[in-house]
Amino acid sequence: MTHELVRARIDQQHPGLLTAHEIAYDGMLTVETTRDRILELLDFLRSDDELQFHFLTTLCGIHDPENTGRELTVMYQLHNWQKNIRIRVKVFIPVADPHIPSATALWPAANWMERETYDFYGILFDGHPNLTRILNVEDLDVFPLRKEYKLEDGTRTDKDDRFFGRDGNTGRSFD
Amino acid sequence: MQVQSYFSQLDSLDGELATLNLGPTHPATHGIFQNVLKMNGEKIVSAEPTIGYIHRAFEKLAEHRPFNQITPITDRLNYCSSPINNIGWHMTVEKLAKIEIPKRAQYMRVIMMELARLADHLVCNSVIGVDTGALTGFTYMFQERERIYDMYEEVCGTRLTTNVGRIGGMERDFSPAFHKKLQDFLKTFPAKFEEFNSLLERNRIFMDRTIGAGPIDAERAMAYGFTGPNLRACGVDYDVRVMQPYSSYEDFDFIIPVGTQGDTYDRFMVRQEEIRQSLRIINQACENLPEGEYHADVPDYYLPPKDDVYTKMEALIYHFKIVMGEVPIPKGEVYHAVEGGNGELGFYLISDGGRQPYRLHFRRPCFIYYQAYPEMIKGSMLSDAILTMSSMNVIAGELDA
Repeated sequence: MTHELVRARIDQQHPGLLTAHEIAYDGMLTVETTRDRILELLDFLRSDDELQFHFLTTLCGIHDPENTGRELTVMYQLHNWQKNIRIRVKVFIPVADPHIPSATALWPAANWMERETYDFYGILFDGHPNLTRILNVEDLDVFPLRKEYKLEDGTRTDKDDRFFGRDGNTGRSFD
Repeated sequence: MQVQSYFSQLDSLDGELATLNLGPTHPATHGIFQNVLKMNGEKIVSAEPTIGYIHRAFEKLAEHRPFNQITPITDRLNYCSSPINNIGWHMTVEKLAKIEIPKRAQYMRVIMMELARLADHLVCNSVIGVDTGALTGFTYMFQERERIYDMYEEVCGTRLTTNVGRIGGMERDFSPAFHKKLQDFLKTFPAKFEEFNSLLERNRIFMDRTIGAGPIDAERAMAYGFTGPNLRACGVDYDVRVMQPYSSYEDFDFIIPVGTQGDTYDRFMVRQEEIRQSLRIINQACENLPEGEYHADVPDYYLPPKDDVYTKMEALIYHFKIVMGEVPIPKGEVYHAVEGGNGELGFYLISDGGRQPYRLHFRRPCFIYYQAYPEMIKGSMLSDAILTMSSMNVIAGELDA
């Protein structure tokens, strides 16, 4: 099964479900959809007889403050063990309204992964049975993996990027 | 049966359920986990696990460090098999930077990773023995693990948090002392291991304690994201080394043992067989260890020899740039998985071309499968729950990241 076939199958069965798609740097098919239809897509990928992406490998959040209106990403990675093909699904959501439906009904494995993502990024998984912090303490009032939270003293400058040929074009620095 | 119900009545305080706090620090849980158990006598009605006691924010730390300085973080994930984590991380960066590793370095990595798997399984299985009341095997197997740590020390100077290898290959070639220790180990270990095996494998007490303890079926295991020996004990032969071979695993002849019941005994047996298979792989890698370089020719990523740094301008520049974290890294998204000691250890790396990752997510196998623990121990005895936990090989460092 090729990436092209996977995408064609989704488009054929659920037209308009994918809002974007690409082959990522590491050669994995990466598709994008909206939060309204994410469960429809995940359920289809999981239960379709041809696709059979039955295994939820991992799920995590990504934060990009410069991507206005699409600051937060939830990334799902699924794996079809029989045909040995992986797929990445991304949903972009605004940081001001960080809601997305929970995938716990599809995979019990999503439970802690979503709790971790909530804990790190404050993404609210609607319908999650127990959306509480999992790794950090309950009374923490920040979502520590968001880019605005510095690791150490934010006013400290260890390296001046200009002296290293990094003038903002090659990689953004957040420390 | 009547005797049992008489005692359970006594223990449950007039028919009420008792709450039992197991952990966070409890001698039987081998790590810092808390489980609040609702007990009906000695039977577990429900369990509520709490984790995060040694959370060190590795994913945040990784966003603030150059790529080579992330290796010591990976040491502290599954610290029973650090070399697998280290090498898995190096391979992730190499995938991003498109670095080809010489065959010799790949085989050296396989030897290190299989030694690590062996050590990891030895700890887990001998601790299962301890939790059933058989301490003796544990003391002997820890002597054997010590010999593996001596070999680590030969290769990288450290024993537990190994930081072995570099981006681009291995840090140094195997020394004659390492080869001697390895050959000695390969010669004497199997007999000792089989002796350990004979203490437990068909031991009536051990079998009675472990067969049927903490079972999970294949379908549930997949839904819960199981990988590694715990999944294979349910009868699913998924192994990253075979599915997506890395570091030349396709060159080696080995089998993937599977169980049938998915209980503590099967998990134990799968690991026992994997130890034998790891020995086979190490033997093959030693016999066929190719000649050549132990690292790729990538001066941008791989530190030059120290002598050259003192005498040659070129080497000094590369040395400075690497140490300062100024290596050319392409933009891109990479997922790389290795078969860790307890399952699929994945590195999801997003690079924006900067000196540190934009995002690094660790797919930590035991964080994902430990969720199934309450379901696996529900309705079982407290002593079975302890056994189930040790047979799942949950490592606190990896669980909490």
